[in-house]
Amino acid sequence: MTVARRLIPCLDVKNGRVVKGVRFVGLRDAGDPVDCARAYDRAGADEITFLDITASHEARDILLDVVERTADQVFVPLTVGGGVRTREDVDAILRAGADKVSVNSSAVSNPGLIEAVAGAYGRQALVVAIDARRRDPNDPGAGWGVFTHGGRVDTGLDALAWVREVDRLGAGEILLTSMDRDGTGLGYDLELVRAVVEAVGCPVIASGGVGSLEHLALGVLPIAEGGGGADAALAATIFHDGHFTLGQARDYLRARGVVVRDDATPEDR
Amino acid sequence: MSDQAPIVVVDVGLGNLRSVERALRAALVAEGMAPERVRCASDPGALREAAALVMPGQGAFGDCATALHRHGGALAKAVGAHLADDRPYLGICLGLQVLFESSEEAGGAHGLGVFRGSVRRFRDGMTDARGARLKVPHMGWNQVLPTEDSAAAWLGRAHWYYFVHSYFVAPEEPSLGCVAGETDHGGRFVSAVARGRLWAVQFHPEKSQAAGIGLLRAFVRGLP
Repeated sequence: MTVARRLIPCLDVKNGRVVKGVRFVGLRDAGDPVDCARAYDRAGADEITFLDITASHEARDILLDVVERTADQVFVPLTVGGGVRTREDVDAILRAGADKVSVNSSAVSNPGLIEAVAGAYGRQALVVAIDARRRDPNDPGAGWGVFTHGGRVDTGLDALAWVREVDRLGAGEILLTSMDRDGTGLGYDLELVRAVVEAVGCPVIASGGVGSLEHLALGVLPIAEGGGGADAALAATIFHDGHFTLGQARDYLRARGVVVRDDATPEDR
Repeated sequence: MSDQAPIVVVDVGLGNLRSVERALRAALVAEGMAPERVRCASDPGALREAAALVMPGQGAFGDCATALHRHGGALAKAVGAHLADDRPYLGICLGLQVLFESSEEAGGAHGLGVFRGSVRRFRDGMTDARGARLKVPHMGWNQVLPTEDSAAAWLGRAHWYYFVHSYFVAPEEPSLGCVAGETDHGGRFVSAVARGRLWAVQFHPEKSQAAGIGLLRAFVRGLP
């Protein structure tokens, strides 16, 4: 056996409620994040991610309350991202009970934040989220750009150069979202995933575009076997909409030869 | 409020103890016991009165060793006395590593030396049987295989637990008998040790869902 590929459902949270984003527009209210997280925990999620998309920084206390209540009931690693700007934001989220904080735009504007957080809490506590978009939709050779602020701002950075930089600065993991594929259900941008996996030493979480169990498998299968080689697969829509359960996803991945956790824990003690 | 001796989560100032505290409370409730028994404490007096010690810890071996040996080693002595009496102890991550003598991570830092051996780093550039790169830190869910029936009684038969670490313990004679569980990451490493009422694990039971809560339940069950 070896370390398992991870399945991570992601819950978008706005003003303390779960919403679902499609291509970052058209959100709908879909329940209480604490209940959702608990349901995913019971269903065998390997980790859970909250992405806070609340526009106002003043509503931060609502998120922290959600994190705190979730941490009381959920015993798998919890990552919280979205709108994390300062070291104080990071401290507050970890103190509320999150295991990892995900930073995106603020890592671009202030790379020193990566070093500061990794230095204070260890690399494992820091996920750097990167939204990447193809410079030319038909030519991966043209590379991928890094976008921030929900995809609205082109940083001018090259995605592969940026992932190498954040790996060097102390990112514990990279959460890699393809802006081209996010919300499309067409599958991960596997060329992007492979390029990033080969560029960095830290684990890579593939995100953006999952529409089928086949897509999940392709994200995490070894590169030599035609997959993306990612360490973990993050998905929202296919789980939230009830198209597939985590159990079905796990069974499918196992049948495809992917090492996954067996969450059926016998009461043998 | 419970009048039973507390279960003390030892605070050496490394990492967030609350997740361990929360998971222990959940385990106590599941066992029909009072969750108020769990305390976090850092003063040696509180450790001496504990029914059980739980030593978590994320971060660096050197920082943990320094914290234990600070102020004339009062914390180290309290933990040592607890272990010498074979009172219940659960070490998690650094709480396992610090039971050994030294670490590659911190040359010159001394652990508690309860077991002979050192703490070593995974090599870079390891690959699995299919040629995929094995990363350091070892992060994610992996299986713990108990070395014998007595270890299976608390670790389970082949349960999956959540790991996040770059270093692992390498016991040496005469402490080889402490090995309770092994895990594969570029070869087998020791992921759990035991001796009497001392249990210590490299993974995080507090983040290992039902498998982890089951381990914590086994730990609190039968506490005095």
